[in-house]
Amino acid sequence: MSTSTESTNPGGRRRADRAAAPTATGSSAAGPGNTPLLELRNVGITFKTTTGDVEAVKETNITVMPGETVAIVGESGSGKSTSALAAMGLLPENGRISEGQVFFHGEDITHPSRKRLIALRGSEIGMVPQDPMSNLNPVWKIGFQVRETLKANGLPHADKDVVQALKDAGLSDGERRMNQYPHEFSGGMRQRALIAIGLACNPRLLIADEPTSALDVTVQKQILNHLEKLTKEKGTSVLLITHDLGLAAERADRVVVMQKGRVVESGPAQALLQNPKHPYTQQLVRAVPSLTPEDIGAADEGDAAQEIVQIKELVKEYKIRGSWGRSTQFRAVDEVSFTIRKGHTTAIVGESGSGKSTIAKMLLGLEDITSGTIHVDGKDISTFSNKEWFGFRRRVQPIFQNPYGSLDPMRSVFRSIEEPLRVHKVGDAKSRKEKVYDLLDRVALPRQLGDRYPNELSGGQRQRVAIARALALDPEIVVCDEAVSALDVLVQDQVLKLLGQLQEDLGLTYLFITHDLAVVREIAHDVCVMESGKLVEVGSVEQVFENPRQDYTRRLLDAIPGKDLLEV
Amino acid sequence: MAWYLVTRLLQMIPVFFGAIFIVYFLMFATSGDPTAALCGDRGCTPATKAALEAQYNLDQPFFLQFLLYLKGVFTLDLGNNFSGRPILSVIAETFPNTVKLALIAIVFEAVVGVTLGLIAGLKKGTWIDSSLLFMSLLLISVPVFVLGFVAQFVIGIKLGWTSPTVGAGAPIQDLLLPGMVLGAISLAYVVRLTRNSVAETKTADHVRTATAKGLTPGRVRNAHVLRNSMIPVVTYMGADLGALMGGAILTESIFNVNGIGYQLYRSINMGDGAMVVSLVTLIVIVFVIANLLVDLLYAVLDPRIRYA
Amino acid sequence: MPDQNSTPDTAARGPVMQPSGREVPVAEHFVAPVLDDEGRAGIETQLADKPSNLWRDAWSSLRRNPIFIISALLMLFVLFVAAFPTVFTSASPDSQCTLSNANGAPTAGHPLGFTNQGCDILARVVHGASASLLVGFGATLGVLLVGILLGGLAGYFGGWVDAIVSRIMDIFFAVPLILGAIVLMAVPVMRQNAGIVTLAIVLTIFGWPQMARITRGAVLEVRSAEFITAARSLGMGKLSILFKHVLPNAAGPIIVVATLSLGIFIVVEASLSFLGIGLPPSILSWGHDISAARPQLRTNPGALFWPSLMLSITVLSFMMLGDALRDALDPKGRTR
Repeated sequence: MSTSTESTNPGGRRRADRAAAPTATGSSAAGPGNTPLLELRNVGITFKTTTGDVEAVKETNITVMPGETVAIVGESGSGKSTSALAAMGLLPENGRISEGQVFFHGEDITHPSRKRLIALRGSEIGMVPQDPMSNLNPVWKIGFQVRETLKANGLPHADKDVVQALKDAGLSDGERRMNQYPHEFSGGMRQRALIAIGLACNPRLLIADEPTSALDVTVQKQILNHLEKLTKEKGTSVLLITHDLGLAAERADRVVVMQKGRVVESGPAQALLQNPKHPYTQQLVRAVPSLTPEDIGAADEGDAAQEIVQIKELVKEYKIRGSWGRSTQFRAVDEVSFTIRKGHTTAIVGESGSGKSTIAKMLLGLEDITSGTIHVDGKDISTFSNKEWFGFRRRVQPIFQNPYGSLDPMRSVFRSIEEPLRVHKVGDAKSRKEKVYDLLDRVALPRQLGDRYPNELSGGQRQRVAIARALALDPEIVVCDEAVSALDVLVQDQVLKLLGQLQEDLGLTYLFITHDLAVVREIAHDVCVMESGKLVEVGSVEQVFENPRQDYTRRLLDAIPGKDLLEV
Repeated sequence: MAWYLVTRLLQMIPVFFGAIFIVYFLMFATSGDPTAALCGDRGCTPATKAALEAQYNLDQPFFLQFLLYLKGVFTLDLGNNFSGRPILSVIAETFPNTVKLALIAIVFEAVVGVTLGLIAGLKKGTWIDSSLLFMSLLLISVPVFVLGFVAQFVIGIKLGWTSPTVGAGAPIQDLLLPGMVLGAISLAYVVRLTRNSVAETKTADHVRTATAKGLTPGRVRNAHVLRNSMIPVVTYMGADLGALMGGAILTESIFNVNGIGYQLYRSINMGDGAMVVSLVTLIVIVFVIANLLVDLLYAVLDPRIRYA
Repeated sequence: MPDQNSTPDTAARGPVMQPSGREVPVAEHFVAPVLDDEGRAGIETQLADKPSNLWRDAWSSLRRNPIFIISALLMLFVLFVAAFPTVFTSASPDSQCTLSNANGAPTAGHPLGFTNQGCDILARVVHGASASLLVGFGATLGVLLVGILLGGLAGYFGGWVDAIVSRIMDIFFAVPLILGAIVLMAVPVMRQNAGIVTLAIVLTIFGWPQMARITRGAVLEVRSAEFITAARSLGMGKLSILFKHVLPNAAGPIIVVATLSLGIFIVVEASLSFLGIGLPPSILSWGHDISAARPQLRTNPGALFWPSLMLSITVLSFMMLGDALRDALDPKGRTR
């Protein structure tokens, strides 16, 4: 792979019958390695729905050579997972391959017999699924779930074999781990267990479906590195499915870009990235913040800007109730101090559990402050009376992460945007109506959308509605809690640009909570890096990105997928 | 695990006392003169009345009455019913019959209900599934006593396969039909619950992963689908034991089973408060024990609970 | 990638330098023809002609569900019978009974024959509908009021409110509905005032925990949604959020359980009347008639059959309706 420094020959396989398997090496271009390991030839996949047949994937060609890593990249609903799962016969009951053929090492497996399919799964084609939380059976021990994989594929399955499989996947104390249940594992450990299951039988092909998208970036990097090392040692081909173009380009030899069920472009990772030919791919490359960072947001006026929010030695403690009535104090935020400049964007970055969202909630008055102070315009918000709070809320408004959860599904778009005005008794019905239409214009949504309901809108549209609602009361400070994290990359790019435009037009101050450093680089002026409740680094965006002072920041920066790819 | 069970046990204590209190309150505090029913239309002499009041502690303040009653429950000294028989001996005579009846009902709904539910769930969307669902809906809609009469009339009288009423001593063969009638409605719920649970588990991510491992469909079904989908079913059946005791009132009076349901019905009609409270206490105890057993089973079936 | 060797015929070949400085053969660089609708990247969704939300979607899927149509028709039929009994029979259910007609076979004007007391069966069946439905609707209304209030408060406020409500719920769950109703109906005050309202109140007292539990669960699920947090950030009061945002979003499962409960209450009313401790004999009830027809089961099965059939159809219509509503309104709730 492009980032690895030295080529490693595929190591000795454990299974004897694999001796004849093609060992792909750089010089054997004319050898048996010419037979693709997996080939989807003109494949179409159709789903039966209540409203008729839907062709989710059309005319798709994907080829994976032995030993090669191929990434399929696409937005949600592009058909990337469906295509890969179809190769294993794992389509849902209402789906079928309606067109074309699938070959596995020259053998037609488009519609294999049940027996052949069971023989292929596990031992020839392994899978690492997307969500580590839901893909292990919660009622069985990890060891059981690894063991039954080995057993089903006719491999030795004594304790030591299970321990070995876990060890290979990076779970070092396998003896203890095999007797634990999935809920005793962290997300990263579960993903390792799933990798152990996927690779336990030394399959020739591994289908990895967004294997790390649910994990923090540093964990993601560790796991992907480990997966890469393992598959390289064993000579396994990998079909990597991801929404992250940067990650795909960094990890794969070849990249296949899918859009709306079709392959729009495919080719060697570098070539595709440096010289995208299809307009969609071009857009995608431009939009990925880690690949082509661009400055969004108001120009930085330097230190002249007024400090609107001052946070001093802020602490938040939660009581965690353990068993036998014991309760322990947990410090979610630990003596954090920083300031937010008016008209600028301050980003708080950190991994899950770092306490970044808790700070936002305290500023919004949604959580009590344990100790320390938050001053807004010189006033301590913890001393506010209820009435003062009500007035203050007009000045600070939030935008949340989940575009599907941030709007009341029972209310039309118009009523959702109007609600803040009603609650704060601003204007009469007529002036409110004008204001709502103004806001819809501002976030570039057609006015007709007003009488629509959230379930009819796309994720990006919903997030625009959420922005309009947050702006209804003309706030000065907008708290964006992972506001673009759940969006597909093109939509994310648009929403970020909209936020930048609004800041320039309205002089908004943003507190931007995110786990995504690449986004921070685009939108923020100041950055606070948090790790387990503590603020580890504060500085301007240039400072933090060009010259990080803390190890942790450096590790975070290193883990951004594909960050070096275009800086050649 | 231990913590979980202790919490559940602690939560059951207010349930136990609360439920008994409600019934005790209803029977003794709201009914003006609880002894009136005993003395009939002619009324009692003041001396008899005083003796009766002393026997049931009716001369004490209400709350003390209740505490004395609870003491009786824990020392197994429940006193006599209004016709002078020790309540404990009535219970000893009738409770086993109800237990037998309820066990038949539970076994019936577990075996038949789970099996049919599995078939429907695994064949979700087919005509087998639709017809099983519709049949369960029909069964739910027919009241127990209607079902009881129909079964008694058709199977007991017309076909003569079993005795239409249950004879003395309540032999098992006589109890089969009433037991099945008692379990019939719960059976329909078990079918639906199992079906939905299986259908949902079938599409779970971890089941797809199990398939991708190369397991045979049979193995995926037994080790992953069935195991996981039984959890809500077991919970339901435990809680259902209490409801079966309530349903026994109707079933036992249709088939003349000398069980606690039948006794309860008679005691209510005779205004025998002491007997009613004791029988309801018994039913509550059964309910509490059944729920604790379910909690225990739940912890065995679902390891996540053990650390909750 | 060193072991790269994918080289289809049409591919442009030639070594390129990778950042790592290694020479690798180049694979095919495939570019799909650009279609008309591409380039805009599908950012805006196509909107349907009419606005749709949960209720409208539910209605459009219900309209196509045969179970819903059948159950709705059955329910309308039963309601019609209850509201306008004289449309179906001119005979009086109780004033024209003559013992000479006792257990009589069907005759002209009396198509279902006569009961043991010589009353017209059709008239009794038709006139018996209203009492059952009134008790059912009354109890459902009561259960909705109490259950939504307590369940909503418990789920939304959590903490000690939840602890108290949940424990009270547990206590009532320990007494099966029918058992609790029997005991309560045996209390002299209730017995003396037995009637439709009393029975509805009794069923509410022992029936509310089910509704409270469902409401609590639904509220708990909605409570953590981000739009609730957004409403809190606006400074909306807690109760106002509960009634304006939380409960409307929890309505699906509540409606479903209310419909199913209605069926169950009708069964319990009939069971109590059957046992002789439900409605007083002065009020017509299917439960009474079934009980009264029991001794003549062998000779006059019709007297038992017709009220049983009508009772079962009524219950079935609500159960089917609830089932269809569940599919449309509360797809996640199927395991409940």
